[in-house]
Amino acid sequence: MSVISKQTTFLGYRRENGRVGVRNHVIILPLDDLSNAAAEAVAHNIKGAMAIPHPYGRLQFGADLDLHFRTLIGTGSNPNVAAVVVIGIEDGWTQKVVDGIAATGKPVSGFGIEGHGDHDTIMRASKAAREYVQWASEKHREACPISELWVSTKCGESDTTSGCGSNPTVGNAFDKLYELGNTLVFGETTELTGGERIVADRCRTPDVKERFMFMFNRYQEVIERHKTSDLSDSQPTKGNIAGGLTTIEEKALGNIQKIGKKCLVDGVLDKAEAPTGPGLWFMDSSSAAAEMVTLVAAAGFVVHTFPTGQGNVIGNPILPVIKLCANPRTVRLMSEHIDVDVTGLLQREVTLDQAGDKLLESILRTANGRLTAAEALGHREFVLTRLYESA
Amino acid sequence: MIHFVLHDAKDTVAVVVVEGVKAGMKLNGWIMDEDKMTGVDARQDIPIGHKVALKDMQPGDTVLKYGIDIGKVVAPIKAGEHAHVQNIKTKRW
Repeated sequence: MSVISKQTTFLGYRRENGRVGVRNHVIILPLDDLSNAAAEAVAHNIKGAMAIPHPYGRLQFGADLDLHFRTLIGTGSNPNVAAVVVIGIEDGWTQKVVDGIAATGKPVSGFGIEGHGDHDTIMRASKAAREYVQWASEKHREACPISELWVSTKCGESDTTSGCGSNPTVGNAFDKLYELGNTLVFGETTELTGGERIVADRCRTPDVKERFMFMFNRYQEVIERHKTSDLSDSQPTKGNIAGGLTTIEEKALGNIQKIGKKCLVDGVLDKAEAPTGPGLWFMDSSSAAAEMVTLVAAAGFVVHTFPTGQGNVIGNPILPVIKLCANPRTVRLMSEHIDVDVTGLLQREVTLDQAGDKLLESILRTANGRLTAAEALGHREFVLTRLYESA
Repeated sequence: MIHFVLHDAKDTVAVVVVEGVKAGMKLNGWIMDEDKMTGVDARQDIPIGHKVALKDMQPGDTVLKYGIDIGKVVAPIKAGEHAHVQNIKTKRW
């Protein structure tokens, strides 16, 4: 008997478009690097507003620019966000992000800096942000069926205990959520190398399998084009190797434990693309932690499960990141970063089912409002994926 | 106490899950998929999270973990030794 059933509810914020969030952020979103200073000044003026600075947004083009817009619009559209102020150097692209977010029905307004300067922009944007923060503060949580919780996963600073302990724990929780009709996602394309056939064989239809293999091979071609010797210095990472992982195949087989034993892969997403229905989705994505978590946040996921072995400290501005760990040394040395301790698994003190339930309890408490370790520590890593050079 | 775990009874390497494994120690292992116990004598000190070889292997041999190919042996390994980047390498890339 699992800790969750069809009757399980969590307390979330139902947004204008029907999606449910678990946080109530008002964000100040810069379109580009030039607008970071103004965005941070607004967040400083208005208590309860959060700026999300980043280094890109100028002279991008083609698919790379599309991804930039998709990520920013997706971030603003995430149901963990109540309202958005967008600031850009000029009006055109700023308005494009505003319009994209406005499609969700949530309050959003945009401010261009050119012709006004920082002072005037900060003043106008601060007025909007103040209204939004006060408006959002009256939003209430309501009971929502557990199936409306979109849960993502990605592991980091993995070691061998990830594959034996923390990743199978996520897999167990995913199997239970999958049965209830939740929307789930995993990714990390290169980190499936050596286990890609296992994922391909889990795809629900031949179409999904074909699209998965297309994404997998596309990423392998990127590696082939740019690698100098082999990837043994980057994948596994130095941290992985220090933790005892030896080859990419070993890392991949550990990684794949996160999709459990029963879930099928129902669909394939491009980077930052939102799923169109429930089930387990694969998102083509980098295996770099902050990039991947930023992409799934932009796709609309509201709680993230992050197994670690050697101790990754990552968080995200809008997506609560729950960390779990099966390595007793890491739990001892980095306890402030670990939300769920599953070290008992490797001493046969708890079963995988019990560990999965422990994670599900943490997911529910986080959804109900408990801050994760990363949130309490102020980890707000927001890293945009780039596909190639700017023009 | 469980000193190391392996997933599949066929695995030729296993993961040390406690700190302080020293050469000469008798190690208890848990085969997770079958819930059975096994053992090996450590020939070297092995850090937590690193792998212990469960059988003698020669260069070119395939290394099995999760019951699946995780790479090839590039230097001879004896059962009980530390199995890592000094004697195992990827078959990819």
